[in-house]
Amino acid sequence: MAKKSIKIRAKAKNGVVTVKALISHKMETGLRKDKKTGKVISAHFIEAVDCDHNGAPVLNAEWGVGISKNPYLSFKFAGASGDTVKLTWKDNTGKSDTLETKVK
Amino acid sequence: MQRRHFLKNTMATAAVALAATSGFLVPLKVLAWNKEAFNAKDVQGAMKASIGTELTTASDKINIKAPDIAENGAVVPVTISSTLSDVKSITIISEKNPTPLIAKFNLKGKAEALVSTRIKMGKTSNLIAICESGGKFYSARKEVKVTIGGCGG
Repeated sequence: MAKKSIKIRAKAKNGVVTVKALISHKMETGLRKDKKTGKVISAHFIEAVDCDHNGAPVLNAEWGVGISKNPYLSFKFAGASGDTVKLTWKDNTGKSDTLETKVK
Repeated sequence: MQRRHFLKNTMATAAVALAATSGFLVPLKVLAWNKEAFNAKDVQGAMKASIGTELTTASDKINIKAPDIAENGAVVPVTISSTLSDVKSITIISEKNPTPLIAKFNLKGKAEALVSTRIKMGKTSNLIAICESGGKFYSARKEVKVTIGGCGG
C-alpha cells in the first residue's frame, strides 16, 4: 500500500481515551506565491477529518486553510483500551487516507 | 528502478480506488464542505455561514489554551476545552486571518469537549472559540500576539 500519511496514538486512562493524531499534508492556502516564478501556489488542504470509535462517529471536523501544515489533532472520548479508533481525512483535490488503530 | 516505482504507485492507487468503489472505505459522513463559511472574509460572515448566527453568549466555561505570544504564526498550538454540558461543536476563528474561520469540530457520541490542534495566524489578533451547547452558542476570546505571520509570504 501507499505510504501512510496518518499517525495515531490512542491511550485509555480512567475510562477516557485520548487520541493524538498527526497527518502529513502540506496544507497549502492558495495565498502563497512561489518565490521563483511569482505564481500563486494553488490551494491544497484537508477539508474534512472523520473519527470513528468502534464504528460510531465521535468527531467530524471541518477544516479550512487556517490549519497548520502537517496537522496535529487531539481529542478525547469515553472509551476503554482495546477499542478501535479510525481516522479518515479528505482534501480539496479528492484525495483521502484512512487508518484504524487499537486503543492502548 | 523508476519503472518499478511507477508500477508500485499505480497499483497502490488502483487498490485505493477499488477499495473506495467496493465500499470498503466508508464514505465521509460530512456534507459538502462549507465553502461559504470558509471563504468568508470577515468574522460575522464566517459565523453566520458556519453556525447560522453571529450572536453568541460570552462564557467563562470555555478555556482557550494558546500562547500569549506566538513566535511563528504558521504554527500556533491551540487547545479548546469546555466544562459546558453536552457540547455539540467547537468552532475556532482567528479574527484577522484572510479567511477567519479556521475549523469546526462536530463532536458526536461519547466525545468530550476538548480539541487540540495547530493553526495558522496571519497577524496578532483575537482567537474566538465557539461552543454549541443545548442549541445555544457560547464563545470565549483570547489575544495571541504573532511576531511572524503564517499566511502568505
